Amino acid sequence: MDPTQLALEEQVAEQQRHHKLMPFFWVWGALLLLTAIEVYLGYQNMEPKRMLSILMCLSIIKAALIIAYFMHMKYEASRMKLLTMCSLVFCLAMMMVFFPDAFRIIYLGVR
Amino acid sequence: MAEAAVPHSAAAVVAPAVYEPSLFGTYSKKVGMWLFLLSDSLTFGALLYSYSYGRISVANWPTPFHSASIRNATIMTAFLLTSSLTMVLAVNAAALGKESSRRLYLLATMACGIGFILLHAKEWSNLIAEGLRLPIFANIPGQETAAEFVNVSKMVPQFASTFFTLTGMHMLHVTLGVVYLGVIALRRKFIPILLGFWLIAWLATPSYSPFHYGAHVLLIAAVVCSVILWLKPKVYDAADTEVAGLYWHFVDLVWMFIFPLVYLMSTKII
Repeated sequence: MDPTQLALEEQVAEQQRHHKLMPFFWVWGALLLLTAIEVYLGYQNMEPKRMLSILMCLSIIKAALIIAYFMHMKYEASRMKLLTMCSLVFCLAMMMVFFPDAFRIIYLGVR
Repeated sequence: MAEAAVPHSAAAVVAPAVYEPSLFGTYSKKVGMWLFLLSDSLTFGALLYSYSYGRISVANWPTPFHSASIRNATIMTAFLLTSSLTMVLAVNAAALGKESSRRLYLLATMACGIGFILLHAKEWSNLIAEGLRLPIFANIPGQETAAEFVNVSKMVPQFASTFFTLTGMHMLHVTLGVVYLGVIALRRKFIPILLGFWLIAWLATPSYSPFHYGAHVLLIAAVVCSVILWLKPKVYDAADTEVAGLYWHFVDLVWMFIFPLVYLMSTKII
């Protein structure tokens, strides 16, 4: 392997040696708590659209915690954070263009 | 031009390899894994959107997940979340150069992953036994379809299609993740273990079960891993452990969307 890559690997490992482990346990606890809240909500007889919105909000919070702490994105360079997260959010948001059609089907024949 | 080109090319040959600093401040293996995960997240995004589309647009969408299924899926979620924590501890141990701790935490992560796969297989088997199936699944001799699934295959065929595709794709990712971690933790010693898993999965499942032929994924993985370990034998270091960790956390991340969307949105409330 070339020396630049080895130096970068050593630099990243050096940063990780200074990470405290306690925040990871807190994040794990928070993820379990959010899961428990989701299960509780699953048994509430809510309208599907409202339920979907609440559950997706909780899932996005969980995903953000996993990406930031477990996947170490919090400790990455700003360029890495911006490029990866902005492109991901943009592409996934573009797929939402199909959702209005799903709602349209429910009301077919009403007008 | 020719005179100017000679010293330039000569300098390129003589000078030591000096590279520009990394644009992202990290090593290329990690950037490569992030790019793969971004593309994979779009695959799962498309599957999740298609399931959500069906869930919203079909008024009589089935709600087959009883409290036993929800309990099962909650335990599966806890397994994956715990495996992510042990993976973080493995990455930390690797950075500190603690080889035995690194291996132990990787094995703990794999154990949680295997627990997840077994519970998921149990869930699938129960649904298939009750009559929720895809046309490609082999017929179960003497099977009677449960009352709640009698009309599902005719009225809402997209439920079984989207459910089995989405959760099957995720199960495949978890299985390959366990294999990946096994190779990182045990290297060549993992190959006979993997072949043992394949034999157990193949022989212990009935011939009509999708897991009977799905088990061959483990055989293909064993062949691919053998070739890789034979062509490029190496000691996996802290960077390799971190990159494997990224993949594992991604698998966990995807489940954080599948669990509420598939299970909690289709809970049977009695």
